[in-house]
Amino acid sequence: MLVITCPYCQEAREEEEFSYAGEAYIARPAVPEEADDATWGDYVFHRKNPRGWHWEQWQHVAGCRKVFAVKRHTVTYEIAGSWTLADGKALYLKEQA
Amino acid sequence: MSGYRIHRPGERINRQKPVSFQFDNVQYKAFSGDTLASALLANGVRLIGRSFKYGRPRGIVGFGAEEPNALIQLETGAHTVPDLKATQVELYQGLLAGSTTGYPSLDFDLKGLLGKFGRFMPPGFYYKTFMEPVKAWPVYEKYIRKAAGYGHAPVLPDPESYDHLHHHIDVLVVGGGAAGLWAATLAGRAGLKTLLVDEQSEMGGWLLTERRSRIDGLSGMDWVNQRLAELASLPNVSVLPRTTAFALHDLNLVQAVELLQDHLPLTERNAALPRQRLHKIRAHQVILASGAIERPLVFGYNDVPGVMTAAAGHSYLNRYGVAVGREVLVQTQNDAAYEAALDLAQCGVKVMLADARQGGAAAWRQQALKSAGVELLLGHGIAKVLGDKSVSGAQLVKLDGRNNQVVGSGPRLSVDTVLSSGGLTSTVHLFCHNGGRPVWNQQQLSFVCPDEGRDNIACVGAITGRWELSEALGQTHAAVAALLLGHGRGSSGNAPSVASEEVAAPRAIFRLPDGKPEGHGAKAFVDYQNDVAAADIHTAIRENYRSIEHVKRYTALGFGTDQGKLSNINGFAIAAEALGKPIAEVGTTTYRPSYTPVTFGALAGPHVGETFDVRRYTAMHASHDARKAEYEVVGQWLRPWYFPKPGEDLHAAVNRECLATRNSVGVMDASTLGKIDVKGPDAREFLNRIYSNAWSKLDPGKCRYGLMLDENGMVMDDGVTACLADDHFHMTTTTGGAARVYSWLERWHQTEWPELKVRFTTTTDHWATVAVVGPNSRQVLQKLCTDIDFDKDAFKFMDGRSGTVAGLPARVFRISFSGELAYEINVDANYGRYMWEEVMKAGAAFNITPYGTETMHVLRAEKGFIIVGQDTDGSMSPNDLAMSWAVGMKKPFSFLGKRSLLRSHTAGEGRKQLVGLLPLDPKVVLAEGAQILSNTDDTVPAAMQGHVTSSYHSAFLGRSIAMAVLKDGSKREGDTVFVWAHGKSVPAQVVSSVFVDKEGVRQHA
Repeated sequence: MLVITCPYCQEAREEEEFSYAGEAYIARPAVPEEADDATWGDYVFHRKNPRGWHWEQWQHVAGCRKVFAVKRHTVTYEIAGSWTLADGKALYLKEQA
Repeated sequence: MSGYRIHRPGERINRQKPVSFQFDNVQYKAFSGDTLASALLANGVRLIGRSFKYGRPRGIVGFGAEEPNALIQLETGAHTVPDLKATQVELYQGLLAGSTTGYPSLDFDLKGLLGKFGRFMPPGFYYKTFMEPVKAWPVYEKYIRKAAGYGHAPVLPDPESYDHLHHHIDVLVVGGGAAGLWAATLAGRAGLKTLLVDEQSEMGGWLLTERRSRIDGLSGMDWVNQRLAELASLPNVSVLPRTTAFALHDLNLVQAVELLQDHLPLTERNAALPRQRLHKIRAHQVILASGAIERPLVFGYNDVPGVMTAAAGHSYLNRYGVAVGREVLVQTQNDAAYEAALDLAQCGVKVMLADARQGGAAAWRQQALKSAGVELLLGHGIAKVLGDKSVSGAQLVKLDGRNNQVVGSGPRLSVDTVLSSGGLTSTVHLFCHNGGRPVWNQQQLSFVCPDEGRDNIACVGAITGRWELSEALGQTHAAVAALLLGHGRGSSGNAPSVASEEVAAPRAIFRLPDGKPEGHGAKAFVDYQNDVAAADIHTAIRENYRSIEHVKRYTALGFGTDQGKLSNINGFAIAAEALGKPIAEVGTTTYRPSYTPVTFGALAGPHVGETFDVRRYTAMHASHDARKAEYEVVGQWLRPWYFPKPGEDLHAAVNRECLATRNSVGVMDASTLGKIDVKGPDAREFLNRIYSNAWSKLDPGKCRYGLMLDENGMVMDDGVTACLADDHFHMTTTTGGAARVYSWLERWHQTEWPELKVRFTTTTDHWATVAVVGPNSRQVLQKLCTDIDFDKDAFKFMDGRSGTVAGLPARVFRISFSGELAYEINVDANYGRYMWEEVMKAGAAFNITPYGTETMHVLRAEKGFIIVGQDTDGSMSPNDLAMSWAVGMKKPFSFLGKRSLLRSHTAGEGRKQLVGLLPLDPKVVLAEGAQILSNTDDTVPAAMQGHVTSSYHSAFLGRSIAMAVLKDGSKREGDTVFVWAHGKSVPAQVVSSVFVDKEGVRQHA
C-alpha cells in the first residue's frame, strides 16, 4: 500500500483513494493516420515496465478526481514525488534529455 | 505425577478470582490471569493432542506464540475458533475448549497405530504410498483427511465485528520487553509520536518470568511498571497490549492485530465494540524489539507429553504459579536454563540438570544449583525419553567433549518432566518479511538481525543476539540514541544500569547423539507440528534435496501455525551437518507474513456484507418490493429481474411481460443507466473525439446512439446522448460501465485535450428514469403531461423534450431499447417513486405491466441490440458488430480507436462477427457461451467458429432466438452451423440478428 500525495489537494493519502492510470507522458501521435502500423501499435500496446524509476499517472478518484504524475520506484515502491501533469512533464523531459 | 500449583511472589494470576472452564468435556478450575495452557498444566492435564502424521500423544511444549502442539478448538457454533494455541488463550469464566486432533478419540487414536510403524513413513510417504491406482486416491483421501488435520473452521456467520485503524506515526516499537520499553521511553521523551505494541496481555517480555535481574536498582517488574507509568504520562505515546505486529511491508507499513475482547467471556463481550482490530501502521521508523524464543534440543522421543522448553517450565512457575512436575530433568547446552532449574529447586521440586558441556555453566551458577540441592550431570545428554502419554524417565548418555558423539552410557533417571534448552532463536520474522536477511551468529548460535538494521528499521535487544539483559539494554540505548540524534533530537541520558554476570559459552549442539546412526534410534523430533524427525531431514538430503527451501517443502519442516519458531534453527543445523556445510551457508528459509495466524475477520474488518460490495437501490425500490419483484445485482445495483405473479416462474413471468409490452405497454426502472452531464463550449468537439460517430450536426432536442471505442478500436461502452443545448449534453452509459466511462472522459480531457473547455458531472444518482414502452406508451404519457406535444411528427423517435410530467419538471427522451414506441422519463431522483406510481396509475387502463432486466434482455435481443460486455468482449470492433453506420470515418479529428480500425488485423478477414441464430428446432434454447462448429462430425480439437452470446425464448415470435459471434459471420447468412453444449450438438441457421420489425416501423410509430 502506497501513500500518495495529491498535488492538487496537497495532502498525503492512502492508496485506496487513488486509481492507477497507466504510464505517464505517452504521446498520442498528432496525426494518427500518418503513423504506420508499427508506430501506432507501439503507442497502443507497448509500455516501459522498467526495473527502477517509473513515471506514471494516478487519478484522485475519491478526492478531486484530478489526474497527476507520480515518479515511483518499481522495486522499492518509493515515491520520489508527485506533480501536476504539466509540472511533472517538465521534469520528465529534463530527465530524458 | 505432573503439574500443580505453587505460590510464587509476583505471579501474574489473581488467586482472588477463580474461574472454571471446560476442556474436552471435563470441568476444571483455575484463576484469572491464567492461559488455557497454564490452567491445564495446573490441573495435571498433559495430553492435549495427537500428532499430525503419526498420531503420537502430544502435550504443551512452549508458553506463547512458539507452541507447536497444543492447538485447541475454542468455543462452539458461530463463536468457534479453530487451532488456537492453548498457550495464547487467556482464560475466562466458562471458557469451552477441546482438542483438535485424535480420531476416533484423543485417548485412542487410529493414526497412533500407524505411528508404531513410523520408520516406514518417510517424508513423501503419502505420495510414495498412495500413488497407484490413481482411481483409488479419493478413497485414500477420505480416510486420510478424516484422520489428519487440525481444527474445524466455523460454518456459521461470524456474529462478532472487526475494524481497521490507520496510524501515521514517527516511531513504532514492536515488543514490550525491556528493550522495547526502553526504546519507547527514549522516543517518547524525545517528543516523537510513538506506538508500542506487544502480543501479550502484559508488557514486560522475559521480565515477566525472570525475577532476579535488577535494573537501576529496581526489580524487573518494578522497572517495567515505572516505564509504563512514564509512557502513560507522555501524550505522544500509545501502548497497545494484546497486539501482534504480524507483517512488515514495504515503506514501513506494519500490520498488527489487537485482540480487544477475546479474553472476555462470550456473555460479557460488548456487541457494540469489535472483537479484534487491525492496525495499519505507517511509521517513519520501526524499532524491532521482538526478542528471542528458546528452542528445545532434539533427542529421542522428545515429544512425549511432559517434555517442554526450559523457558516454558520457568514461565509457568514464575508467572502462573504452576510447577510443571515434581521430578524434573533439565537438559541444556547453555547457562540460561540454570535459572529455571534454580527457581524450580527453590520451590521444592526435585531437579536434576544435564549439561551437554563438559565444563558446565559459569562457576557461580553451578554453585547456586548445588546449594539448592540440584544434581548436576556435566557432559551428558538425553538419548531417549521414557514414557508414552507422559514422561516417566530419561536415558542419558555421556557425550564427547569435542565431537557430537556418545562416549559412554549414562544413568537412567526416573523423572516426570523434562525441560530442555537448545539456546535462544532471535525473532527475526518482521525484519525479513520484505527482504531483510538475518545473519548467523556463531557465538550466540542463532540467526540474528544485523546491528545496523536497514531502511528505517532499527533492531534492538535479543533480536540482535544479545541474550544478557545488560548487553541488550546497552545496545538498545546506543541504537535509539543514535537514531534520535540523527533526527536532531538531543541527548538521551544514560542507559539503564544492570549488573553484568559471567556467562560460559553455549555448546554448538542441536541434535543430542544417542550412539546410533540417524534413523535407527528413538525418533527425535525437530518439528512437532508436522512430525518431522531428524532422520527425515537426513532422508531428504540423501534423496538429493540440497536447498534448505526444498528440504522444507519435502519434509514440511517449519510449516504450520507455528511457522517453525522452535524447529527452524535445529532443522537448518541438522541439514547443515548432513550436507557437511556451515549453517551460515545453508541459510534460512523465507520468512513471510503472518508471524502468527490472523483471523479472516480482522483482515476483512468492516468490509463485509454490504460494506464489502456496496449495494445500490433506485428511488423506486420500495415500489418494486411492493410488487414482489425478484432482483438481480447489476454493477452493484439491485435491479428488478422480473415481477412474478402468484404461481409464475421466471419464464412464465418473462413471457407475460414481453407480450404485454409488445401488445400494449410495459414499464421499466431504467434509473441505473449511467448518466453524465457534459457541458461547455467544446462539449460537442469532445463527444466527436470520444465517440466513434459524429456529433457536429446533432441539434438541441435530438438524441443519438453513441459507440465508445478504446484506442484499440474495440467497443467499450455505448449509450444514448441527448443534446440539451448547443453546449450541453445528457450522456448515458451502460449500468456497469458508468464509473469507468466517467473516469475515461476525465482522463482524456486532462491528459490529452486539456485545452477543450468542457466539464463532466456524474448525475446517475440524481435522475430517476422510468421507461414507458409499447404501442400504448404515447397515451400513457399524454395522460401525465400536457406541456409536451406527443404527436408522432412533433415528437419523433430520437427526440428529447423538457416539460412537466405528473407535475414534475422532467426530461423526456423518445428512445427505445426494445424496438417499440417508447419514452424515458427522467425526474429528480427524490420523486422517482412518485413518478413510477403515477405512471402505473395512468397506465392502469392499458394493463401497464412492470418488467425487469430479463424481459429487457429478450426485447432487445429480438431487435438485435447488443449489450456491451455480453455480446462483446473487448475484441469486437464496430464492423464486427455490423455497426459501421455508427462510425464517422470522415470526422476531422481522429477519434479514439479510429486509427486502429485501419490496422490490417482489425480490417482483415476471419474476424468473429455478430450474427443471429435460429435453432432448427424452435423449442430449443441454445446455451449461452456454447461453442459453434461447422460440422457435426468435428473431432476434438474442433475448429471453433465462435460462440453464442445471448439466447432466449421469444414469446412474441413463439420460438427460440440467439445472438452469436461467428467467424466471418457477416457473409454466412443462411448457413447451418452446429452449437455444441453439454455433450450435444444442435443445428441452427445463421440469420440477421434483427428478429423483430426489421424495418423499424414500431419504434417510429
